[in-house]
Amino acid sequence: MGGPEIERLIALLGKLPGLGPRSARRAALKLLQNPETRMLPLAAALSEAARAVRPCRECGNLDSCDPCAICVAPGRERKLVCVIEGVGDLWALERSGVYRGLYHVLGGTLSALDGIGPEDLNLAPLMARIAAGGVTEVILALGATVDGAATAHWLTEQLRPLGVAVSRLAQGVPIGGAIDVLDDGTLATALVARRPF
Amino acid sequence: MMEWSAPVVVLGTRPFGEGDVVATVFGAEQGMCRGLARGGGSRRGAALWQRGNLVSARWVGRLAEQLGSLSAEMIHPTAALAMADGLQLAMLNAALALVEGALPEHEAHREVFADLLDLIGHLAEGPAALAEYVRWEIALLAALGYGLDLSRCAVSGSTERLFFVSPRTGRAVSLDAAGPWRERLLKLPQFLLGPAASSANDWCDGLKLSGYFLARNVFALKHKPLPQARLLLYDRVAAMASETEHTCQTP
Repeated sequence: MGGPEIERLIALLGKLPGLGPRSARRAALKLLQNPETRMLPLAAALSEAARAVRPCRECGNLDSCDPCAICVAPGRERKLVCVIEGVGDLWALERSGVYRGLYHVLGGTLSALDGIGPEDLNLAPLMARIAAGGVTEVILALGATVDGAATAHWLTEQLRPLGVAVSRLAQGVPIGGAIDVLDDGTLATALVARRPF
Repeated sequence: MMEWSAPVVVLGTRPFGEGDVVATVFGAEQGMCRGLARGGGSRRGAALWQRGNLVSARWVGRLAEQLGSLSAEMIHPTAALAMADGLQLAMLNAALALVEGALPEHEAHREVFADLLDLIGHLAEGPAALAEYVRWEIALLAALGYGLDLSRCAVSGSTERLFFVSPRTGRAVSLDAAGPWRERLLKLPQFLLGPAASSANDWCDGLKLSGYFLARNVFALKHKPLPQARLLLYDRVAAMASETEHTCQTP
């Protein structure tokens, strides 16, 4: 089809999320047909990001400065820390635009099946930040999965002696969700977590 | 084509591609087996394939030993109901991790499955379910061929004042016969002998007892430690025991 350079490009693109072999070929073709406007800027951006972006040593967020822009932003509520599993969750919360506190990226959840224990999580900077004072509430924004819930309960036990309030995201009916199409688990938790109206 | 349909408990999933998962399930006749669950990684599928859920599953494969494909409908959303309570979730996680780690694949274990369903039914009882959990682990040991003999004292034959278990033989030892060896024996909580009040200390002793034999007789043979989830459950109960004395009447 093409030289080894093209095959290598397609193989690397095909490893990205959302891209299979067919869509990788299409993406590669698009890049190769427009090298000046798409491929070289993309290559430069990839190289620059790989060189500059690092995990923030305070919260685990990915940024080109350390501490990251969120950790040093003056307008942030520094008494609130939202604990999330990954940087993708941080981006999702930032997109919502409703949260103005700080974050902490755990880098995973406890997993019985995969043998991920507490020592595998990015916990030390969170404990140090709380011990340093100023944090009054930790919001656990972990996934509504068995592993996410197990991690939230374990983390609550660890945070309790430090004297901070611990809260977690509510679970229940999603916006725009009709009751008759909800799965049994979501309905069950929504009923358990019902509140006065 | 090979095919079966049965109620199974979901033991876990691993991502396969972007939207699918390889699910590990446990059924009465099928034992532990795996299958590709298409869409199991999607929002709707992920809720169904959560660990601990009881689902009505259908497995189809060309040969029995192939991976095959799994589809399912929810029977009982165990995971969602247990998520709100840390202790319930810890017990569920530990039980599923033990089943997943201790049982061989494709081997029927009807009693273990029935006992697991019974345990899941007790989870909502909160701390009182810990007595049931310890009994379940003892029953799991028996199903694997490592049953404990708690009926009489291994030394004197007495059925009275059975307070210890020999770590070597797994047989009960009475207080009178324990003598100078009592420090080297495992404590036998009285709720394992019949209806009796139990406390966090008793649950802790029970977990220590069953955990010792699970680690030595089951997991050591596989060159594996006790599952992380089981260790976290013990830590949680040990913390309860050190904090306060919860007392409950076993059913």
